[in-house]
Amino acid sequence: MIELPCPWCGPRGVSEFRYVGEGATRPDPATATPQEWRAYLYLHENARGWVRENWYHTAGCRRFFKLERETESNETRAAT
Amino acid sequence: MTSHRLTRQQGEVIDRARTIAFTWNGRNVTAHPGDTIVSALAAAGERVFSRSFKYHRPRGLLTASYHDPGTILQVDDEPNVRAAHRLATPGIAVSSQNTWPSLKLDVKAVNQVVGRFLAPGFYYKTFIQPERLWPVYEKVLARFAHAGRISGNAPHLQSHKRFAHPDVLVAGGGPAGITAALAAARAGARVMLVEEEHQLGGHLRWGGSAELARLAELRAAVAAEPGIEVLFDSAVLGRYDGNWIAVVEREHGHERLVKARAGTLVVAPGLIERPYVFAGNDLPGVMLSTAARRLINLYAVRPGDRAVVLTANADGDAVVADLRRAGVDVARIVDARRGEDVVRAHGRGRLRAVELADGRRIEADLLVTATGWTAPTALVNQAGDRPVYVPRAARFVPGRDLPESVLVAGGLAGDGSLDELCGHADAVGGEAARRALAHRARKLSVLPTRTGPAPEPAQRDASPIAALPLDEHPELFRGRTHGIVDFSEDVSSADIFTAAKEGYDSVELLKRYTTATMGPAQGKLETVNTVEVLAEATGSTIAETGTTTWRPVHVPVTLGALAGRISEPVRRSPMQAAHERLGARPLVAGQWIRPDHYGDPVAEARAVRESVGIIDVTPIGKLDLRGPDVAQLLNLLYVNKWSKLAVGRVRYGVMCAEDGVVFDDGVTGRLGEDHYLMSTTSSGAAAVWEWVENWLQTERPQWKVHVTPLTTAYASINVAGPRSRELVGRLVEDVDLAEDAFGYMNVRTGRLAGVDGCVLWRIGFTGELSYELHVPAGYGLHVWEALLEHGADLGVRPFGVEAQRILRLEKGHFIVGQDTDGLTRAFSAGLDWAVKLDKDDFAGRPELVWQEKSGGGPRLVGLQPVDGSVVPPEASQIVIDERIVGRVTSSRMSPTLRRSVCLAQLDAPLAVPGTEVTVLLPDGRRVPARVTEHHAHVDPEGNRLRGTSDEPVGPVRETGTATLRSPLEAPTRAVGSAAPCEATVTDLSHLTKVHVRAPHGGAVGAALGIAFGRAVRDEHGALVVGSGPGEWLVLAEPTDVGAAERVAAKVDVPDEFVSVVDLTHGRAMLRIAGPRAADVLAKVCAIDLSDDVTPDGAALRTSIAKVVTDLVRTDLARTDLPGERGFVLHCERSSGQYLLDALLDAGEEFGIQFDSRSDDGALPE
Ligand SMILES: [Zn+2]
Repeated sequence: MIELPCPWCGPRGVSEFRYVGEGATRPDPATATPQEWRAYLYLHENARGWVRENWYHTAGCRRFFKLERETESNETRAAT
Repeated sequence: MTSHRLTRQQGEVIDRARTIAFTWNGRNVTAHPGDTIVSALAAAGERVFSRSFKYHRPRGLLTASYHDPGTILQVDDEPNVRAAHRLATPGIAVSSQNTWPSLKLDVKAVNQVVGRFLAPGFYYKTFIQPERLWPVYEKVLARFAHAGRISGNAPHLQSHKRFAHPDVLVAGGGPAGITAALAAARAGARVMLVEEEHQLGGHLRWGGSAELARLAELRAAVAAEPGIEVLFDSAVLGRYDGNWIAVVEREHGHERLVKARAGTLVVAPGLIERPYVFAGNDLPGVMLSTAARRLINLYAVRPGDRAVVLTANADGDAVVADLRRAGVDVARIVDARRGEDVVRAHGRGRLRAVELADGRRIEADLLVTATGWTAPTALVNQAGDRPVYVPRAARFVPGRDLPESVLVAGGLAGDGSLDELCGHADAVGGEAARRALAHRARKLSVLPTRTGPAPEPAQRDASPIAALPLDEHPELFRGRTHGIVDFSEDVSSADIFTAAKEGYDSVELLKRYTTATMGPAQGKLETVNTVEVLAEATGSTIAETGTTTWRPVHVPVTLGALAGRISEPVRRSPMQAAHERLGARPLVAGQWIRPDHYGDPVAEARAVRESVGIIDVTPIGKLDLRGPDVAQLLNLLYVNKWSKLAVGRVRYGVMCAEDGVVFDDGVTGRLGEDHYLMSTTSSGAAAVWEWVENWLQTERPQWKVHVTPLTTAYASINVAGPRSRELVGRLVEDVDLAEDAFGYMNVRTGRLAGVDGCVLWRIGFTGELSYELHVPAGYGLHVWEALLEHGADLGVRPFGVEAQRILRLEKGHFIVGQDTDGLTRAFSAGLDWAVKLDKDDFAGRPELVWQEKSGGGPRLVGLQPVDGSVVPPEASQIVIDERIVGRVTSSRMSPTLRRSVCLAQLDAPLAVPGTEVTVLLPDGRRVPARVTEHHAHVDPEGNRLRGTSDEPVGPVRETGTATLRSPLEAPTRAVGSAAPCEATVTDLSHLTKVHVRAPHGGAVGAALGIAFGRAVRDEHGALVVGSGPGEWLVLAEPTDVGAAERVAAKVDVPDEFVSVVDLTHGRAMLRIAGPRAADVLAKVCAIDLSDDVTPDGAALRTSIAKVVTDLVRTDLARTDLPGERGFVLHCERSSGQYLLDALLDAGEEFGIQFDSRSDDGALPE
């Protein structure tokens, strides 16, 4: 089990967290086309290498936060 | 049978003063404590222990260690025991397995004769076609599988796992591992030293006087070093990302999993001696040099009478001396370094003679081989390293790709004298400690649970570790004949040649095709020989052929150890005890135990329609929302409008996710100007809370809203039926129940059966006049019992989930997740009336705009089978010919209408009242059904839920003093332990708990005097806990009556958005204390509770026994005990009993005791 660096609690086992998603920005609901909106909902980069992710510390501070993770090695670090 | 026991040996591990007896295939055998099962049998002259897997050839002792493939035996009810490792214990019944009908006469040995049919890939080639015979094949194969017998009566041995947090974990307790552990501990690291065998020392144990003296020194040093925890008879199973290391600890077959988060891992497993491949190499009597040396030196057993020794190294030379000292006639030393070789072992069932390369044949009952070593690189492979083959040394060695967190010592790292190996290991241990302590210091520097600056790590530079050389060793794998390569799977070198010829010329393919390296030894003995024989067969080199991947787990582990104790959280309502007394049939929904019914759900439903019923709806999610922006938030979360909800009013709302799919529903009431109470579905409570937090924290951080979950702070009871007003009127003191004063969809707060602070909602899921009562949870049982007592003359009866389902279906109320699914957008749920697309924005709005335009998707409709006696099972399809046009989502026989009623999802064009559709029943019948006008089958006009009765309301009855109850009752599991009490649990649930929310790092935090991560005592002795970023909890004795007001006054800071919520009833709270309290918690909690990570006063939230739990370390300064460690734990009230049970279970071995109520020092000073 990898550890995630919660910016509030410090490193904790990943099972305390819930993965929220890649750091996508919500399109303006007033102007978004169906294509844009659905890309926001369903299309993910799933990149190899360092990625930015949103996580929620369910069993801890209950804060949403961003972190960076290397998707091959599972190294993590605080988002800059 | 003559004894083969020798006179006393210098390093023997047996206790000759005592003897123990056990049975072997029904015969009595004696042993000494310290004997393994196999050493005792060998001492008794036993040579054959099992039959081989495929050919059923007799098998003897090969390695005399855990990995010995021929000595896997049945012990009592336990199959597959590594009997060359397992210690003999009195009274066990040991038998051979894989033999039928007996070890001596084995019918399956006929496979030896038909061996040519069991060629590589035999199973794949033979048991493929025809498919209909697969069940037959399975039976045939099962007869030939490894494995002993499992008794249906075998006890379930499921130990608690435990979490460990060593700085340095050393895998392997030989001289290098011990030296590394000592060096690391002396550098200040906390060390866990894991040794597979029953003693530390590795090969020193079977050495001479010098080695034994050195071993004694090392053992004494370990014993004197408090920073080292030694796990004997334990094995590292695997290394995972983040240096998460799985260790199995064993004790007489009882296994416990240790999950260690190590700063650094030192891999020091030593080297494994490799068997030599030649004809007859699996005959009993052929063994490795280390096996012979173990037998003689550890167990004082003479391994044979007349021996031939094939040697290529110093260990082979040393075994000659051992054999001679043991009185074995060494008939011939075959020195491979001079080109001498053994070509064949002769004998039937046991070794009789050895044939040499020069053609000579030497009578012998023992052939000892010392032809080289295998480096067990599993753990470094799992850390990402790829081993490299060094032909000069005839073995694979770790490559250069080790991460910072993994180091290598001992034979895995290279060769040298004992002093050289220990010198290297000493440097490795020091460096491992340096890296681990730096890692620890980095971790400590970011923890909010500490006070003051993190300790500075000693800024030592990386110590250079001089690489160990590799000694030359002849490459000896297969001799001049073919023999067994994989002893567990009965794969010969000839089989590998055949497979290579068939095209399986890659080692990973070959492995799967022949099953070589896939048996119980998992490659430890046979991988390199497999690779070499394949290289030979394909005309390539070992380096070119490469090796197979060593995956976890390294040694077999029982499922019981992996499973651990079953700890599935269950949640209990404050009324659960009453439900049990009333004979409720339990139903587990989500984690909640709920009454499905009390015997007759139909009668329960009738009581609600005709008089009055009460149902426990505590699991309904309840979120307290405070702040000036709550109405905006509700507008954003719900599809309908909330701006105009007046104080005292309740509204029904539906939430959609951003894809427009219905996600939750419930009612929300406005209790005050900036104060709302939101209800959610029971199963959606956690998700809605997170959804709300997500919006507030990420999308609308500027909004001033505080959310506090109160789901279990209230016991919730729905009182439904035409006589519900009369019943509630007998208990409520200060709320006017008259229709014009407290109408449908209103909320009031008041005093109920003597309990203040109750919230009453007039809503109607059942379609009847009804009041939903939210009572401070500690009084829930009191109010429930008062309702039953004072409603007896009205015919009140409790009803369960099933009756509620019938009633709501009659009323046509849908259930999210039952009548909707993961694709049901709001218009498909029939929510056209609720969706307000004229709002600027709300979650899911774009999709709903598009759905409205396209009109797509199915529609939820009411449906009635034309034949009212037919109840189509839920999920029955609705069809036109063979085309599916919908499905029945809910169906019941309606007691009110005495006919079947349904809700259904139906394609939009058919969703017109009066349309007749065809329902396809699971039995193939097709029945007609008609779409109804409304979802509601009963009272679509809604007269009943607004119903006014002429019966007088009141007067209020005397209900006696309200009894406050704790969520922690006596343990549900009997705690019967003979162990001395080293941990106690005390119920603290009665404490006053005041929850404060305010900006993190602001004036409120300053006023409270503590920040997130720490707890402090205020001037009145109340414990103020920084329980989250911008979140505090104040804990006070009930006798400290002014506590809540004091807190409110203290946090009344201008210009800061503050809210104060009473959580006294919402949390189950206890304190666990005592010298072993931290050890109890380590079984159910992954947090490092040591003094530096979790010092006194630390406050954190984590998962304990799978329940989200707050933990505050509050040590107790006592005069009679030195610094007793203690931890206050609290969780949602409904999970409290489960948490208590889990702690008592985990603490059994420490004699844990439960105090239902503390008399003094509940909040320890
Ligand atoms: Zn956190």
